[in-house]
Amino acid sequence: MTKEEIIEKGTVVYQKAPLMNDNPMHYCPGCSHGVVHKLIAEVIQEMGMEEKSIGISPVGCGVFIYNYIDIDWQEAAHGRAPALATAIKRLLPDRLVFTYQGDGDCAGIGTNETIHALNRGENIVIIYINNAIYGMTGGQMAPTTLLGQKTVTCPYGREPKLNGFPLKLTEIAAQLEGTSYVSRQSVQSVAAIRKAKKALRHAFDVSMQGKGSCFIEFVSTCSSGWKMIPEKSNKWMEENMFPYYQLGDLKDE
Amino acid sequence: MGKIHGAVVVDTERCKGCNLCVVACPTNAIELTQTEVNHKGYPFCHDVRPDACIGCASCAIVCPDACITVYKLKEE
Repeated sequence: MTKEEIIEKGTVVYQKAPLMNDNPMHYCPGCSHGVVHKLIAEVIQEMGMEEKSIGISPVGCGVFIYNYIDIDWQEAAHGRAPALATAIKRLLPDRLVFTYQGDGDCAGIGTNETIHALNRGENIVIIYINNAIYGMTGGQMAPTTLLGQKTVTCPYGREPKLNGFPLKLTEIAAQLEGTSYVSRQSVQSVAAIRKAKKALRHAFDVSMQGKGSCFIEFVSTCSSGWKMIPEKSNKWMEENMFPYYQLGDLKDE
Repeated sequence: MGKIHGAVVVDTERCKGCNLCVVACPTNAIELTQTEVNHKGYPFCHDVRPDACIGCASCAIVCPDACITVYKLKEE
């Protein structure tokens, strides 16, 4: 049987979500951002919320997400996405409002906004991409950089005496009264991606039901920042990030 | 039970040659090009053993650039 016959007579098993447009993504080869973008587009489509979703894009590599997914977007100042999301959700409560932030944006400059928005129990979803490094600016040490991990600003490895300890923002979020669903996921394999998609769907559903804030972390790779090929980055993440940032649901009420 | 045939179509201009699809493929049906590159200069994914494809869509699910479409046909 030829390829043409299979395409003509067969069924489509997987295709790019129609909500994603044809703009080529600016991310480095193998970047986890792309997979999370796909999941967001697929989940919004499944929920039928194409016309009723508003995303807040961050400062960082993820800033151009508004170029790739055809829903309404608003760009926030660095770290201020949860504050903007709060305003949008309060003005338009029937919309699905979510922020998409990296670890520098969410756990670095915007920790204050993140924690207070979650503590107020705003009905928003915060999608937090944790790749343990500042990818966009050239691989500097982030609050989430692991102990001993080498970056351009800690070339001998992160030292707790000098640089402190990696921040577990998801654990902090789980402690807050305002949060309803807190989860940590990853997107390095087919099984992990399927699980992450379910978690994302659940988070969006919970926020639309008005049960409180949802916080979902994606442990991700940064091949360029870590200076590894994508395959090796995934392996490095499994070996080094997962023991510290343990996957699973931390809170589901 | 009929044999399952799969086919992958790659948007080669969108592909960045990250190799994650090749690692994810359970039947080694796809590989990166050795000598050919796209307009951006990246080697791209193509099906070297189309008969081996079972249409499981693992490659498409892990693709960060959403450049793979997968078709499946069950032979009765």
